[in-house]
Amino acid sequence: MTAIETKALTKSYGRRLAVDHLDLSIEEGELFSLLGVNGAGKSTTIKMLSCLTAPTSGDALIHGRSIVKEPQKVKELIGVSPQETAVAPNLTVRENLELIARLYGHDKKSARRETEEFLESFDLTGIARDKARTLSGGWQRRLSIALALISRPKVLFLDEPTLGLDVLARRELWQTIGQLKGRVTVILTTHYMEEAQALSDRIGILAQGRLRAVGTAAALMEKTSTSSFEDCFIALAGEGGTH
Amino acid sequence: MRLLAFASRNGKEILRDKLTLFFGIGFPVVLLLLLSAIQANVPVTLFAVENLTPGIAVFGLSFLALFSGLLIAKDRTTALMQRLFTSPLRPSEFIFGYILPLLPMAVAQSILCFLVALPLGLSLSPRILLVLAVLLPADVLFIALGLLCGSVFNDKQVGGICGALLTNLSAWLSGTWFDVSLVGGVFETIADLLPFCHAVEAGRAALCGNFSGIFPHLWWVIGYAAALSLIAIWAFTKKLKSDA
Repeated sequence: MTAIETKALTKSYGRRLAVDHLDLSIEEGELFSLLGVNGAGKSTTIKMLSCLTAPTSGDALIHGRSIVKEPQKVKELIGVSPQETAVAPNLTVRENLELIARLYGHDKKSARRETEEFLESFDLTGIARDKARTLSGGWQRRLSIALALISRPKVLFLDEPTLGLDVLARRELWQTIGQLKGRVTVILTTHYMEEAQALSDRIGILAQGRLRAVGTAAALMEKTSTSSFEDCFIALAGEGGTH
Repeated sequence: MRLLAFASRNGKEILRDKLTLFFGIGFPVVLLLLLSAIQANVPVTLFAVENLTPGIAVFGLSFLALFSGLLIAKDRTTALMQRLFTSPLRPSEFIFGYILPLLPMAVAQSILCFLVALPLGLSLSPRILLVLAVLLPADVLFIALGLLCGSVFNDKQVGGICGALLTNLSAWLSGTWFDVSLVGGVFETIADLLPFCHAVEAGRAALCGNFSGIFPHLWWVIGYAAALSLIAIWAFTKKLKSDA
């Protein structure tokens, strides 16, 4: 089943086209990475798909719901982990999880039940009573992803989830993200090529607001006749990349 | 349900900030004790506890405006807000989620002022409950000011505007520290046009049982509270859209 389908999705700011007629289809349970240099249109695409900004033209369907006509319904289907850690600093880890669960319609009792489950599955039980602001960057990021998942979204947007983390924290988070494969449709944006290569089922490369290529990492490397994925990315995302 | 969850979070964020507790509760109480001590040594009618307490209660609300403004301004710049924007929380739930926890805090702050005033000589009377009711429009007024400043300015600007300007305006122009009619002229006119001295006078009238003296002043406060609430909600909703 198709989880996300964009139809000529376009966003312009004045005369500048940030996303230009994006046509993309992502299957349910797929881990799809969206790559591109700064200003390529990744964040704008995520913002439109998560109903943070309205498209200038075109539309996208998330599990059949239009982001233009039914944003409230779409919001109930998605989870977002923004680039910066998005936690309530003066709430404890447990309170953060309960807050988000309740914002998505859980009553107090079921929010507590969900929270306990997520504390355990994300290894957060030991720090459940700690205030979020006292956690290290890695733990905050882990909590941030748990917050995006506690609503049990059908589609999860992870915007540069490992940015600024040390190599150990990054690998641990890869493991967590990898475990989501098949269960949740994940749209990942990252600047780390090895991250996209290691985690993604398919990769889409954006340049100047346009989708330059879509495929598995291996298929894209073959297409560009490159031996490393970084070279492949440069060939596709660099100026004039038109594969 | 969503509204209450968000309101509860905002209440915790404010109450768990030690500075909020100190300035919101401690500072007005210290002022009340200090000015009562002055009154004990050099009797001044203005500093008599029945005149002073409503004034301090109104002045204390300016700190509430400061801290609610800071919370909203800080929230607007964080990724948490982005997460909340993508949640099913509706704009009205955002607004009332900020306002709801502040109202009981404002009332609690006023109650504390009166509790401290009792051992300082204030008579325990049902009229204290009337004062708390009369101060409700002032509570709304200061909460709306916090919402407006938090929506329009960043946290540093809120610190300057609410922390310095609003606290000073509400102190100087409220008639709590000195009788504005003694200054007279433009100063008195400005004080009369602004709601702060009217909030204090309405509270004083209620406390001394001068019931006919409440409403001429209270209308001013209600008018300002209603107008500022509408402007604050408009500004907040507009910012909500542009920040997203």
